[in-house]
Amino acid sequence: MAKAAKKTDTALAARLARQDHFRMLRLGTPFQPRIDALMQTSDWYDWAGYRAPHSVFDEELEYFAIRSQAALFDISPMVKYRIEGKDAEAFLNRVTLRDVRKLNTGRVHYTAWCDDEGHVLDDGTLFRLAAQTFRLCSQERHLPWLLDSAIGYDVKIAEETEEIAGLALQGPTSFAVLHEAGFAGVEKLKVFDLAEFAHDGGKVTISRTGFTGDLGYELFAPAKLALSLWDRLWKAGELRGIRAIGYAALNRARLEAGLIVANADFTTADNALRADRVRMPDEIGLGFMIDLEKGHFNGRNAIIKARASGSMQHVLVGLEVEDNIPAEHAIVYHRKTKEVGLVSAAIWSPTAKRNIALASLSRPYGDEVTDNLWVEIYAMRELKYERMMKRAKIVPRPFVKLARRTANPPGDF
Amino acid sequence: MTSSDAIVIGGGHNGLVCAALLARAGRKVTVLEAGSETGGAARSEEFSPGFRVSSIAHVLNRLHPDVVASLDLEKHGLQTLVGGGMPSVALSEKGEPLTLRGAYGEVLVGASASEQAAWQELRAQLFRYAGILKPMLSRRPPDLNGMALGETLALGQVALALKRLGKEDMRDFLRVILMNVADLLDEQLEDDRLKGLLAFDATLGSHLGPRSPTSLLGLYYRLAGEAGGLPGAQMMPKGGMGSVVAAIGSAAGAAGVSIRADTVVDKILVENGRAVGVELAGGEQLRAATIVSAINPATTFLDLVGPRELDTGFVRKVSHIRMKGDAAKLHLALDRPPEFLGVDAAGHRGRLVIAPSPNHVERAFNPSKYGEFSPEPVMEITLPSLADSSLAPDGACVLSAVVQYAPYALREGWTKGKPKFQKAILAQLEKFAPGIGKTIRHAELLTPADIEARYRMPGGHWHHGELQADQMLMSRPVFGADGYDTPIAGLYLCGAGSHPGGGVSGAPGLNAARRIIAMKG
Repeated sequence: MAKAAKKTDTALAARLARQDHFRMLRLGTPFQPRIDALMQTSDWYDWAGYRAPHSVFDEELEYFAIRSQAALFDISPMVKYRIEGKDAEAFLNRVTLRDVRKLNTGRVHYTAWCDDEGHVLDDGTLFRLAAQTFRLCSQERHLPWLLDSAIGYDVKIAEETEEIAGLALQGPTSFAVLHEAGFAGVEKLKVFDLAEFAHDGGKVTISRTGFTGDLGYELFAPAKLALSLWDRLWKAGELRGIRAIGYAALNRARLEAGLIVANADFTTADNALRADRVRMPDEIGLGFMIDLEKGHFNGRNAIIKARASGSMQHVLVGLEVEDNIPAEHAIVYHRKTKEVGLVSAAIWSPTAKRNIALASLSRPYGDEVTDNLWVEIYAMRELKYERMMKRAKIVPRPFVKLARRTANPPGDF
Repeated sequence: MTSSDAIVIGGGHNGLVCAALLARAGRKVTVLEAGSETGGAARSEEFSPGFRVSSIAHVLNRLHPDVVASLDLEKHGLQTLVGGGMPSVALSEKGEPLTLRGAYGEVLVGASASEQAAWQELRAQLFRYAGILKPMLSRRPPDLNGMALGETLALGQVALALKRLGKEDMRDFLRVILMNVADLLDEQLEDDRLKGLLAFDATLGSHLGPRSPTSLLGLYYRLAGEAGGLPGAQMMPKGGMGSVVAAIGSAAGAAGVSIRADTVVDKILVENGRAVGVELAGGEQLRAATIVSAINPATTFLDLVGPRELDTGFVRKVSHIRMKGDAAKLHLALDRPPEFLGVDAAGHRGRLVIAPSPNHVERAFNPSKYGEFSPEPVMEITLPSLADSSLAPDGACVLSAVVQYAPYALREGWTKGKPKFQKAILAQLEKFAPGIGKTIRHAELLTPADIEARYRMPGGHWHHGELQADQMLMSRPVFGADGYDTPIAGLYLCGAGSHPGGGVSGAPGLNAARRIIAMKG
């Protein structure tokens, strides 16, 4: 009897030990010790299961670090897949919208992928590390989809989110920081180029990419090199205004650059519970990626059919709203009366000095009918909503275009 | 080289029906058959010197009347049904068999008076309900993406037929449709022999036991078939099933179809999302505007078209089609006709069923769930040479039996398991026909693994996919390829893997041909 009870105890203890993950709801990233040390606002959020900073010391100043200095943002939680093998190119050509044959080794492109119905599953960046080796980065997780897509291809797919630490170094002094840190040759990187550099007995992949519309780089290294990489950049950036930033600042910069975020500006097909929430690439401004000439890819039939029948109902637009109150999640009206869409993201842009927004409109509004649009803004003012109807104008994206983003050689400070 | 308008891959009976109908509609059609002769699993073959037998399908009970009429099959040598067809006999170890005479038991012999009355009531109800589903067999499944007026009307007719049943019957139809067959039988019948036979028929050819939910559907599927205009009737065609295929082949030939045997298709050629031809094993390419696949849907999409031309979700669905066969086929060359206990001469020419009770069938099914064969298998036996002496040497006899359950993925593997399973089958036969063992000259047992290899049926499944509720109508073979047309323009399906399913019916071939003609393919 006693023996049996003891056995139960051990079994219970073993089970509890296995369930310990609930004590730590959000995982730390490989940079966590550094970010924890810098954290002043205790403003965390959940990014794909990781504890990520929403702000670190001051949202406003963090934004200006992106636009005037160098901002360091931990992108380790971004979902990363390593795709390699003889058929890797053909596989990715079937899964994603753009023609991967045109993506040379050492280059990166922004792409998206769809389900059978042509609805967008996610957008992300595809890195061609070698002729037969790719890294796909995305917002959501897709391993089952990628593995099932691999039936009939000689390709190996593995998620490497945990093994690979990622940092975005963005801002006008970002090149100078890398240069100072001793990454010789980084000046040769043009926008969307990538190359490998030696670091701490290993390698770090640096690409001239980012999510800010500014001069900037992204660095990927094995998790065990993460802290030494951070320290190397931090030291080199000391006199160049390097700051650690959170998502709130990045979100402003990306909106100025006119970039969209999955499950913020559109609902991904796997997450949509309601039948009318899914979107085809054309409906979220990603139609330019679609290459109908490259051969079959997921959703091709559905996209051709929808284009032919004109059945797509939505269009994503950039808006400039009068005055300076951000129109976040405001309803868009035509002639102040007819509801025609919704704003998914909006800020007062400090750099453009304009009140900007991204909105999804129902056709024909947004493509054929573009005049007389209004947004209804509710501003809470001392426990009372002030309701404002503000004129909105469709404007091209990006809202902010910076010459330094693409300048060659990159500007040194 | 463009030599034909349409290429049909696979010369099974559905491929031939489809080819013949397309040719009659004015198309130039070529059938490519991988084997040395057409007929697929509905051939007659010599399995021992002087002994011939219907290879897999051995009872004709569902050749669709529209197929017979539209191809004038009777003119092409299809044997017509005489009388009410052959009886079914529920065998008994004690020598007290039960016989269903006429079209599926118009007369029940060997049961008590009360059981006979109960049976007549149940039989009428089964046919009434099967009749509701019957019109669905010769139509495309309902198109959920928007139906043409004709299709909507056809579906309306089904609803109307349901309504015509009357309130009480309609309610009962809806109550029982997804039931298991054993529970329904227990509600209405007493006699284990009769219940065993019905339980066997409901689960024949599927991975279900009589107590598995939805097993009643299998019985409706069977009873929706007919022979000679008689619902539920069955016959053994003279010369075996090969003679039925010969009649269809003759109709196809008369319509101008050209057939190439020993021609293995390696690839379906797709250009810009459209099927444009096929590539043969030797590398030869044949082009045609319409490609029709009468072979297995998974083979068609995964091997011949290849995943690269298809969407991931579709490939996922196709690779999930359940098609692991659970039935084996036994052929015996016997020195003389066997004598089954208590069965008269007419009975021996019928369909003899070993399924003593629903519980026995259920117990036979149980091991198959775990990768083991039935130690006391259930089976359907015919002695075709009794009615057709051309099938065996003088005085000798052919025995053909479909035996369940024989799971495709036998845990110990069929190389090891086959002799053991054969021993179990023969032991079971010996109980019902004592002395049969000593008269065996040659035995051929085809396990699902053998059927897969010999007839190119993945999983050795004669329906090319389990025929259960989740793989019927618009879910057959998968949604997106359910209406005979497929995600690849110009590529159609016409085999048993498509609606309504397997058996020698010609219905998938017929429906597919109608669809292709309607789409001007």
